[in-house]
Amino acid sequence: MSYMKEFTKGLIKENPTLVSLLGMCPTLAITTMAFNAIGMGAAATFVLVCSNVVISLLKNIIPKSVRLPCYIVVIAGFVTLVQLLLQAFLPPVYDALGIYLPLITVNCIILGRAEMFASKNNVGASALDGLGMGIGFTLALFVIGSIREILGSGTWFAGTDFAITVCPDFMQPMTLFVLPAGGFFVLGIVIALVNKISHRKPPEATGCAACPNRESCISVEAAAAVPAEKAVIKANVEKPVEKTAEKVAEKAVDNSTEKTVEKVAEKVAEKTEKKEENN
Amino acid sequence: MELAKSMMIILLTGILTDNFVLSKFLGICPFLGVSKTTSGSLGMGCAVTAVMVIATAVTWPLYYFFLVPMGLSYLNTILFIMIIAVLVQLIEMVLKKYIPALYKTLGVYLPLITTNCAVLGVTILNLDNGYNFLESIVCALGGGIGFMVAMLIFSGVRGRLERCNVPSAFAGMPITLVAASIVSLSFVGFGGLVDGIFGIA
Repeated sequence: MSYMKEFTKGLIKENPTLVSLLGMCPTLAITTMAFNAIGMGAAATFVLVCSNVVISLLKNIIPKSVRLPCYIVVIAGFVTLVQLLLQAFLPPVYDALGIYLPLITVNCIILGRAEMFASKNNVGASALDGLGMGIGFTLALFVIGSIREILGSGTWFAGTDFAITVCPDFMQPMTLFVLPAGGFFVLGIVIALVNKISHRKPPEATGCAACPNRESCISVEAAAAVPAEKAVIKANVEKPVEKTAEKVAEKAVDNSTEKTVEKVAEKVAEKTEKKEENN
Repeated sequence: MELAKSMMIILLTGILTDNFVLSKFLGICPFLGVSKTTSGSLGMGCAVTAVMVIATAVTWPLYYFFLVPMGLSYLNTILFIMIIAVLVQLIEMVLKKYIPALYKTLGVYLPLITTNCAVLGVTILNLDNGYNFLESIVCALGGGIGFMVAMLIFSGVRGRLERCNVPSAFAGMPITLVAASIVSLSFVGFGGLVDGIFGIA
């Protein structure tokens, strides 16, 4: 029962791309065609399941302090395996994915699942978790790839045996959707739709909830926010007349954001202090 | 002269026409994650540029003088990611010991760089394109500067975005992505620019 849950949570409820907002690079880069999206999804799923199983098996052997490099090496090994397999048996997919195939190594979905799940759970649960997350990733890529291909090129599954020409004659394909700009746009709209349908509270800041780099990101924000605030204050002092109406609105916003920033900064400071003490 | 010209072409291509972030989608996570402030973007951009150039300078000779003669070129992904991880650690330690002032400003960004796909991306891209050593270094430099330019421009856009009243479904990531789409669209305008400047038919 609970195993079933580990599998299904990745499909929709905790979809790595659309809900956890992880693995943006491949999501944007290779979704110009639905077929590429499936190829990428399948490759990533394979790596995800294998690395989850191996990391779950090794979880008691890997020392905590060097766990991230260890995970990356395991993942890179499986990525090389996939690269060689695709090159041998599916050269068209290998060519289509190009540089993004080796870059699965640094896909934060895989590292994120290793850190969040596989290093804490048993082998069976980890494998199912990897499979569910992988299929969820593939689904998201497929949806975005389909939208972009149908609107941008007017075809669906181009390059395969069952290619369909979708756009009727009265409509020109909109090349914009195949361009990089279209990738950002469609992903943004799809995430907004998911938010709307699920009535989910919008994620705080930029999401990245399950990203292994989250703490570093927050500390960067906190460190950068201090000088930025000073600059804002300076600017306000220098031009007091210019923005009187805006200022009121700004203050309302600033009060809330400043507080959270301060809180985060405090937390980070506390943590580093603790670490230093430990050292 | 010919050399300088070809270097300029690679550099400008990396910065403008084939921008790493906006047209190759490398390094999207930090692009969306730490671009909220101009100073953060500048720091991250500098750190990424430095690591990209150093990583290229180390991985290129290793690939051609170690992996290729041994017939192990298929191991490049594993070797490169390990080298990048070690390099980032090393840079962090050296900075901490010898240049504490620089460590204070750039130190927070370094842990984010190991898993940045722009760094691994540029080392692999250089091999795919068959660049020689000098070309690879220039390509890494161009990619890094392109990353920084994109981050800086986008931090300005996000500064505006923070003060806007966005529909709740769009709040956070979706509206950021739509804004990134418009910034990316503006870079489409640079298409053909490099060819035009250097008179390539």
